[in-house]
Amino acid sequence: MTPTSAAPKVEGEDLAARVQTGTHFMLGDHACAEGALAAGLDFFAGYPITPSTEICERLAHRLPEVGGKFVQMEDELASMAAIIGASVAGARSLTATSGPGFSLMMENVGLAAIMEAPCVIVDVMRASPSTGLPTAVGQADVLQARWGSHGDYGIVAYAPSSPQECFDLAIQALNTADQYRIPTFIMMDEIIGHMTERVVIPPAEDIPFVPRKTPSEPPGEGTFLPFKPDEDLVPPMAHAGQGYRVHFTGLTHDEQGYPRLTAAAHEKLVNRLVDKVRLNAEKIVMYEEYLLDDAETIVISFGCTARSARHAVTLARQEGIKAGLLRLITLWPFPETRIRALLDTGRVKEFVVPEINLGQVRREVERLTQLPVKRVNNPGGAMITPDLIIEVMER
Amino acid sequence: MTQTVLTGEKKTDTHPVDALLRADRLPHILCPGCGIGTAMHCIVHAMAESGIDRDKHVCVSGIGCSGRVAGYIDVDSYHTTHGRAIPFAVGIAVQNPELAVTVVSGDGDLTAIGGNHLIHAARRNIDLNVICINNFNYGMTGGQAGPTTPLNAQSSTTPYGCWDRPFNLPHLAHAVGAPFVARWTVLHVRQLKDAILRAMQKPGFCFIEVISPCPTNYGKFNNIGSGLEEMESYRRRCVVDHDANLADIEIDLGQEDSPIVVGNFIDVDREPFRPILAGPVREEKPHAAWAGLRKTQFVEDKNGPE
Amino acid sequence: MTSSEIRHREPLDIATARVPRGQVYIIPERCKGCDFCIVFCPVDILVFSTDINAKGYHFPIVAHGKEDACTHCGFCDLLCPELAIYTEDLNALEQEAEGDTD
Repeated sequence: MTPTSAAPKVEGEDLAARVQTGTHFMLGDHACAEGALAAGLDFFAGYPITPSTEICERLAHRLPEVGGKFVQMEDELASMAAIIGASVAGARSLTATSGPGFSLMMENVGLAAIMEAPCVIVDVMRASPSTGLPTAVGQADVLQARWGSHGDYGIVAYAPSSPQECFDLAIQALNTADQYRIPTFIMMDEIIGHMTERVVIPPAEDIPFVPRKTPSEPPGEGTFLPFKPDEDLVPPMAHAGQGYRVHFTGLTHDEQGYPRLTAAAHEKLVNRLVDKVRLNAEKIVMYEEYLLDDAETIVISFGCTARSARHAVTLARQEGIKAGLLRLITLWPFPETRIRALLDTGRVKEFVVPEINLGQVRREVERLTQLPVKRVNNPGGAMITPDLIIEVMER
Repeated sequence: MTQTVLTGEKKTDTHPVDALLRADRLPHILCPGCGIGTAMHCIVHAMAESGIDRDKHVCVSGIGCSGRVAGYIDVDSYHTTHGRAIPFAVGIAVQNPELAVTVVSGDGDLTAIGGNHLIHAARRNIDLNVICINNFNYGMTGGQAGPTTPLNAQSSTTPYGCWDRPFNLPHLAHAVGAPFVARWTVLHVRQLKDAILRAMQKPGFCFIEVISPCPTNYGKFNNIGSGLEEMESYRRRCVVDHDANLADIEIDLGQEDSPIVVGNFIDVDREPFRPILAGPVREEKPHAAWAGLRKTQFVEDKNGPE
Repeated sequence: MTSSEIRHREPLDIATARVPRGQVYIIPERCKGCDFCIVFCPVDILVFSTDINAKGYHFPIVAHGKEDACTHCGFCDLLCPELAIYTEDLNALEQEAEGDTD
């Protein structure tokens, strides 16, 4: 789908208030909120939790200015349910949380997936499990983002590595959610969320906007099937109050949306939920390459750890190690095709995967290769330093 | 005028309210003698009489037998996860205040797993009509005890009798701020329909407890032979008292001599929730402490940071 | 005043008021035999049929001799959990029909 520019639901003063064009010195959490606003966010429901609270606070202030709705809910179960409710009523909706709240949201992530209700969940990761280190960094929710709710379904997860990317990927996440009618995740970490850096907000007309598909037939004809997919596997979406009299259910359903409790109906529905991301993975996947062309040691990292990894690669090159960095911008889908292509060159000797968890991305890399995959881990609470990454490379 | 000679009942295959239902899905899944279908019937009649455009009605349900109601009413309808019907409905109602959002679900869904959402939506006075069909147990899963199961009642998880005190739902709803609180049984169809109608026309969080038989499960464990038997006990025992002291209206279904108090207990005016609208083209301004927020922007110059 | 006296009071307009007459409609295939309509009919005109529907339930019919007794109060309609019974106001229908022929 071709992105059309400028947020369409707002104009005039509201648009100027939404897109704060200019160069800012801005907190990652605030940049995420501003990105969502620029992309036309209508509705936020959330519950305060460190280190994501600044997103909630920023939107409490900013959303009412632009005609959006802010609701502080009683917990994260409710927050997630509310953003799905707002979504089916036509809103671009988002919530923000951290690990403990992320776990609570998982129930309704599955509901968003099966109802195909577009929405965005920001998880500013902190050291876990449980309450863990509430104010310190972690990156251990990577697999939870992919597999956290029960059952099979497709999602997309972005991992910003700077406040600027928090802004950019908030826009991307809202667009992707609407394009594929899926829940999407922005997997920030405490260091990125609490990092203040230069953030450039472009003019409103340069903000990409990918709209939700809407029914081609008018309401009242009784011919619209709310879960009948187009060729791209994504059904157009009718919202509450538009007159289509839709039924959405968390039960396995047919194209009309009616419960259909058979294995055959289940296979058809669940395969499509997975395939609309799987078959579009090459279009969705995002990564950044640094010195990969002749690299023999490939460092794969994301979020704040990718910043250390990048510096480590620079230092390693000075020491004569042919290192390169593949920085994941989408954690999910995982850039399998790119990694297989690197393997096909026959040049790669090893992978190094630094991450602030005990090996979640490493598992994905190991799935793709027989080559050594070296781990650089801590379970949370501190950055992984470039020195440590180089030390592991040299081992 | 000539009078038609009546010859008894006529058989047909459609009902006048079918137009408001997904009649292609009837008969519904509910058991013989269950009252949920009656409650649904009253809801549909109230919708028709509400004067609100049918396409502005939304029905949201949770999980359980009562949760299936949304699937049968032909308006925009959402059958959500267990306990989450209210926060889902909050999302719809806040996003689009033009919609008349009715939540229909059971006692277990709304007051056990969804209890936290119930009290907070009532506290905020979100514009919702919440119809809580109370059949005193978890019917869909085979008759386990829940937060409305009466003391000493039998269920599949209370083989020695229920020793938890049950909720007194109108008292609860009133205490947490609902401006409209009613309780009726599915035998009180006219009063129930009128209460639902009142809820649909009244802004704010309106709570209606609907007492309904569950012969298949609650009845089976508690020697209530049929839905009819329970309905007849409503006829014997119900006392209409709109001014009842809500603290005193706990239901003890097993005690034949204890009354079941029904009525429209609370109907007061209370400002409903509305999202704040502020900013350059709105009326409200943030607190002065926020004044510095916008000052993050710096002027770009050629020697600026890179 | 005793209760028997109360019972003997007559509405002032009894000579002119027409008691509504209802036509009962049954949707046999929806009925699950709960008995609500039969037991709670205020004029007690319904009985179970001897026939059964496809699900094996006996559905209600109008009792012999009570064909003219339905007052179109609508209670059975609203009470039926299965949406399997309703009544129509025959007086209104007849007036409508006569209006059409005039």
